Amino acid sequence: METTDSFIVKGRTVDSRRIRSDAEAIQLCQQGNRQAYGFLVERYKERAYYSALGILGSHDAALDISQDAFVRAFRAIKRFEPGKKFFTWYYQILRNLCLNFIRDKKRHARSFSEIDEHEIKKLSDDSQDASVLAEQNELKQALWAAMEQLKPNEREVIVLKDFQDLSYKEIAEILDIPIGTVMSRLFNARQALKAKIERTYL
Amino acid sequence: MSSTVDREKFQALMMGALDGELSAEQQRQFEQLLAGDKKLQSEFEKYKKLKEATSTMQFKSPPPEVWDAYWRQVYNRVERGIGWLIFSIGAIILLTYGGFKLVESVINDPGLAIIVKIGILLSVGGLAILFVSVAREKLFTRKHDPYREVQR
Repeated sequence: METTDSFIVKGRTVDSRRIRSDAEAIQLCQQGNRQAYGFLVERYKERAYYSALGILGSHDAALDISQDAFVRAFRAIKRFEPGKKFFTWYYQILRNLCLNFIRDKKRHARSFSEIDEHEIKKLSDDSQDASVLAEQNELKQALWAAMEQLKPNEREVIVLKDFQDLSYKEIAEILDIPIGTVMSRLFNARQALKAKIERTYL
Repeated sequence: MSSTVDREKFQALMMGALDGELSAEQQRQFEQLLAGDKKLQSEFEKYKKLKEATSTMQFKSPPPEVWDAYWRQVYNRVERGIGWLIFSIGAIILLTYGGFKLVESVINDPGLAIIVKIGILLSVGGLAILFVSVAREKLFTRKHDPYREVQR
């Protein structure tokens, strides 16, 4: 019986967990095997969710839109060009959906400053020096609030660089922009963040 | 720092220095620009502190159930999409057939006044044109619109 983890190829049951590479999974998807897509979704779901969260600032929207982007990517997978990276291609779809969501709905279900509350609390519990940590927490809360006010494309580049630790080359590939533009966009974003917290914290 | 070009170069190099992305040559250029300029040094220090702070920020992880159910939810959506597609094709076939039969019975009904027949035929024809126009816009025009990604 087929499950979401297995599928049949030429009379043989194949477990999607045995797929070894993106290319192999994509090839099987292009042959119409929906279950092989599980390999790609499992591999990139967290990166996809956090990328969407970075742009949207809402857990529910990030979950919904990252999943929707996977569905749309599957529908378009026959047009996927060999030699490209799956996540780079997927990210273009995700990014467009996120920007459309912001444009159409003009809403943030949840404030950015609430997203990090768990980490802030954890720090406070583990801390020896309460005053230093209180200051750090204040700074982080101020930064979250400042992040919320950035333009989506500036917030996106901060999330990709500082939260996901991608290299300039990877960011340039994902956003389909030159490395110089990555650097200038990062500068603009950081300049905006600095301007908002400089007087009190820097 | 004199010109705008120098300023932009410094900003780009500073980002590279903060993120550890400079080549040896670029690092040398950056240090050269920094040396002896207290204002630039102070600016760099502020960005360093900012980078340290943003690097420790993390998104709150969703509960593990979210990850456990993630693929199944995507799979269900893919399957549902295929279901909707098949249903839509079936509905289009039935509606077309129904429309054809309706037009046929209207034309062949001797009890209906000619003006009613014309009214019904025009309504059905107009509806068909509207349907084809909307379908064409959704399926073709939007797909080939070079400005669809432009933020309005």
